[in-house]
Amino acid sequence: MSDAAAEAPGPRFWRLWRALRHNLLLRRLVQALPVLAFATFVVFGLLKLVPGDVAIALAGDNPSDARLAEIRHLYGLDRPFLVQYGSWLWHAVQGDLAKSLLSGESVRVSIGQSLPHTLLIVVMALVISVAVGVPLGMLAAARRGRWVDGLVMTIASLGVAVPNFWLAMVLIVGFALTLNWLPATGAVSFGVDPLDAMRHALLPALALAASGVAELSRQLRSSLVDMLSSQQVRTLHAKGLSPASILWKHGLRNVGTNLLTVIALLANRMLAATVVIEAVFAIPGTGSLIVNAVLTRDYPVVQGVVFVMVLMVIAINLVADILVGLVDPRLAR
Amino acid sequence: MSAVSPTAAPRAEPGRMARMGYWLRGDPRAALSLAFLLLLVALALGARWIAPYSPIAQDIANSLAPMSPQHWLGTDDLGRDTFSRLVHGAPVTLYASLLAVAVATVLGVPTGLLAGYLGGWFDEVVGRIIDTLLSFPAIILAVAVTGALGIGLTNAMIAVGIVFSPQLARIVRMRTLVVKQELYVDAARCFGTPMPTILWRHVLPNTLQPVIVQITLLLAGALLAEASLSFLGLGVQPPQASWGAMLARAFQNIEVTPEQMYAPGFAILLTALAFNTLGESLRVLLDPTRKQL
Repeated sequence: MSDAAAEAPGPRFWRLWRALRHNLLLRRLVQALPVLAFATFVVFGLLKLVPGDVAIALAGDNPSDARLAEIRHLYGLDRPFLVQYGSWLWHAVQGDLAKSLLSGESVRVSIGQSLPHTLLIVVMALVISVAVGVPLGMLAAARRGRWVDGLVMTIASLGVAVPNFWLAMVLIVGFALTLNWLPATGAVSFGVDPLDAMRHALLPALALAASGVAELSRQLRSSLVDMLSSQQVRTLHAKGLSPASILWKHGLRNVGTNLLTVIALLANRMLAATVVIEAVFAIPGTGSLIVNAVLTRDYPVVQGVVFVMVLMVIAINLVADILVGLVDPRLAR
Repeated sequence: MSAVSPTAAPRAEPGRMARMGYWLRGDPRAALSLAFLLLLVALALGARWIAPYSPIAQDIANSLAPMSPQHWLGTDDLGRDTFSRLVHGAPVTLYASLLAVAVATVLGVPTGLLAGYLGGWFDEVVGRIIDTLLSFPAIILAVAVTGALGIGLTNAMIAVGIVFSPQLARIVRMRTLVVKQELYVDAARCFGTPMPTILWRHVLPNTLQPVIVQITLLLAGALLAEASLSFLGLGVQPPQASWGAMLARAFQNIEVTPEQMYAPGFAILLTALAFNTLGESLRVLLDPTRKQL
């Protein structure tokens, strides 16, 4: 994060750029646009670099050259690369994400149907992570150097190192196949039956939450330990405040910005991790959508999912930035 | 790095081996991790002689067999010996992790060096690209890039390496920003030392410590990414064995023989844990400001 505003004024473009960067919200939006363009451009470009294009897959066995050319023309594949990308982006920002090459279904509709399943899992996993990770982190910080601290940190190390899809399989064997408490696969739409939807999403959310709990408790412990050894806390001690109230009232508030940043990071990471988790639980979410699209080279779908994911990551980061700015106005600059 | 000039790295030298012994004695968990990883490397190198069966030899009549003296960890659904596949999966898994981290290093380190040293518009552009890639859900990008490069282990791990590279670039860039202010860099510049030489001999050696830490941690990340991608069918292709692919196979028979998934799962867990523990220990070792934590 170099602050260009501190440097000498340059050409008009850069002055405008710097002025925009002074306003937090606007600055984030301005930064987000190139991110969106760059990410989709990279994916688009890579998909175009592949030897053997989509037309061959569409035309079936032993197509004639004329048939191939016809298909390429039909899908606009014979136009120059940049024209294709520009046209795709132009439609995408208007909400038109083209159609699947295989099913002919609108990509926006497919994403609209699959996204709620993914979001439900991620939100539940985040709630579990915060509900378990925050108390664990505080406990470890308060009992620093004791056996509780060691236990929490060991759990955290395991949580970071465990492959989430393997944990998912272990959970399936334990809670679904052996105990028969929870369904092993599938998903129910939240709108149809919220309770059943959450029951289906619980195991996937738990599998995702392991790394979240680990990350949150580690980060929280580390920033609380830093904070507890500061002058400010010594003063509070001297004032006669109980350790518990120092931890809750002053500790959490001071590390709140750190916590928000970690949660935003976790949200992004979990969004991505659903790709594997959904495969284990046979959940028709966006993760399954993109994996199947990659396996069948259905690139409009790949592009569409990437586009929507980048949009969501940008939104999450934006919300986190605004919240951090509210909690600690110093950081908003 | 023996070419480091005396000004570039002022170090007290009580013997490398002695210092390493001191470090490992002081941190038994790091010592254990290192021993585990060395054992794994030995296992990977000697896989052909250690595994009792060929990893792809099928014995359908004996499929999904439980643990027995003949098959220590049982057999999978094609009657292949699970222990042999686990052993043969070790070199594949290590190769995958090393490849991804090598790609990340080759892409990330020079980019970070140049961005930090040159500054200006180049730094601005690189910084923007790094932010983009860092804010992007890594595994989704890896899935998409694998789709573009073509399905297969090598391509998948190149994709993972590309996705990991900004993490290294960012660290190197930040270190470079500090190091380039140092007097010895100024001095070298005044003597007319060409820029590549300055970067190679004076800046790079001083960015290495955090890079080594990050590389160790990335190895764990790459291992988990390989497992995930192979599980999804985007990495290792059958009949080759990798721990992630073994889990994919075990998953298909999860209702019949759930015990098939424990060996590869624990292998991944322990290896990732060892890399992480080693990385954290190195971080404390190489960064004195974190020592009291």
